[in-house]
Amino acid sequence: MASTVSTSPNDTVPAMPGPLLQFWHAFAANKGAVFGLVIVCTLLLLALLAPGVAPHAPDETNSAAFLLPPAWQEGGSATYLLGTDAIGRDILSRLIHGSRLSLSIGVVVVLLALVVGVTLGLIAGFYRGVVEIAIMRVMDIVLTLPSLLLAIVIVAILGPGLVNAMLAVAVVVLPHYVRITRAAVISEVSKDYVTAARVSGAGTLRLMFSEVLPNCAAPLIVQASLGVSSAILDAAALGFLGLGAQPPSPEWGTMLADAREFVMRAWWVVTFPGLMIVVAVLAFNLLGDGLRDALDPKLKR
Amino acid sequence: MLRFLLTRVSLLIPTFFGMTLLAFFLIRLVPGDPIETMAGERGIDAARHAALLVEYGLDKPVLTQYGIYIGRVLQGDLGKSIITQVPVLDEFLALFPATVELAVCAILFALLLGIPAGIVAAVKRNSWFDHGVMTVSLTGYSMPIFWWGLLLIMLFSVYLGITPVSGRMDVMHYVEPVTGFLLIDALRSEEQGAFRSALHHLVLPAIVLGTNPLAVVARMTRSAMLEVLGEDYIRTARAKGLAPFRVVAVHALRNALIPVVTVIGLQVGVLFTGAILTETIFSWPGVGKWLIEAINRRDYPVLQGGMLLLGGVVMLVNLLVDLTYGIINPRIRASR
Repeated sequence: MASTVSTSPNDTVPAMPGPLLQFWHAFAANKGAVFGLVIVCTLLLLALLAPGVAPHAPDETNSAAFLLPPAWQEGGSATYLLGTDAIGRDILSRLIHGSRLSLSIGVVVVLLALVVGVTLGLIAGFYRGVVEIAIMRVMDIVLTLPSLLLAIVIVAILGPGLVNAMLAVAVVVLPHYVRITRAAVISEVSKDYVTAARVSGAGTLRLMFSEVLPNCAAPLIVQASLGVSSAILDAAALGFLGLGAQPPSPEWGTMLADAREFVMRAWWVVTFPGLMIVVAVLAFNLLGDGLRDALDPKLKR
Repeated sequence: MLRFLLTRVSLLIPTFFGMTLLAFFLIRLVPGDPIETMAGERGIDAARHAALLVEYGLDKPVLTQYGIYIGRVLQGDLGKSIITQVPVLDEFLALFPATVELAVCAILFALLLGIPAGIVAAVKRNSWFDHGVMTVSLTGYSMPIFWWGLLLIMLFSVYLGITPVSGRMDVMHYVEPVTGFLLIDALRSEEQGAFRSALHHLVLPAIVLGTNPLAVVARMTRSAMLEVLGEDYIRTARAKGLAPFRVVAVHALRNALIPVVTVIGLQVGVLFTGAILTETIFSWPGVGKWLIEAINRRDYPVLQGGMLLLGGVVMLVNLLVDLTYGIINPRIRASR
């Protein structure tokens, strides 16, 4: 096969890059997104390995080490790298264990909102008319109320706690998923492939889930990854207000609520939990922006 | 224009009724008997319980109760606070100016910094300034403002001692509340140093509350500006030999600001959300702190009324933004 003109195209023409590879190239071109991905992976690892990585147990107190400053400051100790809080718990260990809570909050909230939101959005998109109007009106009401206010009200009804806070945040972010799904469904349903599937006898459920839904996936994936960051942020805000995870849980927002009274004398108690929130939220935002640019170039700004 | 206005207003009516439904059922969703919930741990005897049921109208069928509730809401009666026995509307009206003052200053901060930053970033695209603005804006967008507030307090109040930690004014000053906006009231009064004190108290909370909108405004201005700068009419203006500054500041900016106006309008809900946190951190006596206190005291009428009022305000502001939008951009009016 020395000839330059190949008779068998399979031999010489390099295989078209698969969709996954194509996506990865587009994604990897965005430095910020890769940076976000690295941080997210690090946080995931920390969360998975928390008991092994953390030098202390998150609720282990040491009555000889109240409000110890970080190791590099005068009076600090190498046993407690980032210092201790008011009852002698190691801040670093609490932060590491807190990553478990915050990541699971982000993921669970988004999954809940995705499942319910996609279902409602599919229903609204397929059954236009009264059902659609009813669903979309309710979503408008949810969107009109300031998000944290509604979340607070829901928690006030259900009672404070991590699970209820997660439910409240999921309800508050629900409209985004419903709207995206509905809009995507409406634009897809009129296309030929859906008509073809319908003519060949596919039922509504089949049309919804195996024909239309996969083609609406891109905007939903983007919204989901950006949604993790806002879920972490909102849940931390609820924790800070005393309505989310309850002490002694090492949730970052809850830790900040405890730290408020030490603003005057122990900067490390206040600074580090918030830093973790910023880093995690920023990482998911970068990741989401990168996914958006790679999956849906039309949305790129 | 009238037709446009009427359609917009009529769209609000179902949303408003939906909100009253939500507010109404709020108290009824609380597990357990509402009277006992309100009484709290002290408990309550049977006779008083029955009397309270009648007083709150809880002995009637739910639909009748809702009818009565709607009737009262439409007359501006939102019930009384369980703790203070003051009508909810009066408490809200007394505290709301403080929140508005804070929110207005926050949005001014966001606009005064965000629009110029966005313009320069767009004009000098891909420069270090552009990258800086985008990085800062993404960080500002990801910032938990309750932590941001604590950081600023640590830096400016504790270490540098420049700004006060909480409240709206030093206790040594007293200003007669006329408008409720302390800055204006202090300026009008004879009190020496009152205005300075009020301003000092306002700076940090306004920056904290303005940080999220600042990030959004800067990003939005930049991307709108980039889009407009690529248009033909800008090239024409440049080709005519207009000064670059005039092209950007007059020709481009006017069109680029249209999406920015919308975004500012959408920020109102975000501002109230932020106000709840900011007011809690700085002990700012506004409606956000009031609502959080209501939750801690299980003061359900306040929560119910406050939610309805804040939701109503957001709806009105959104309507105003829509109308302004119709005025700046006549195409919107025609298409709906």
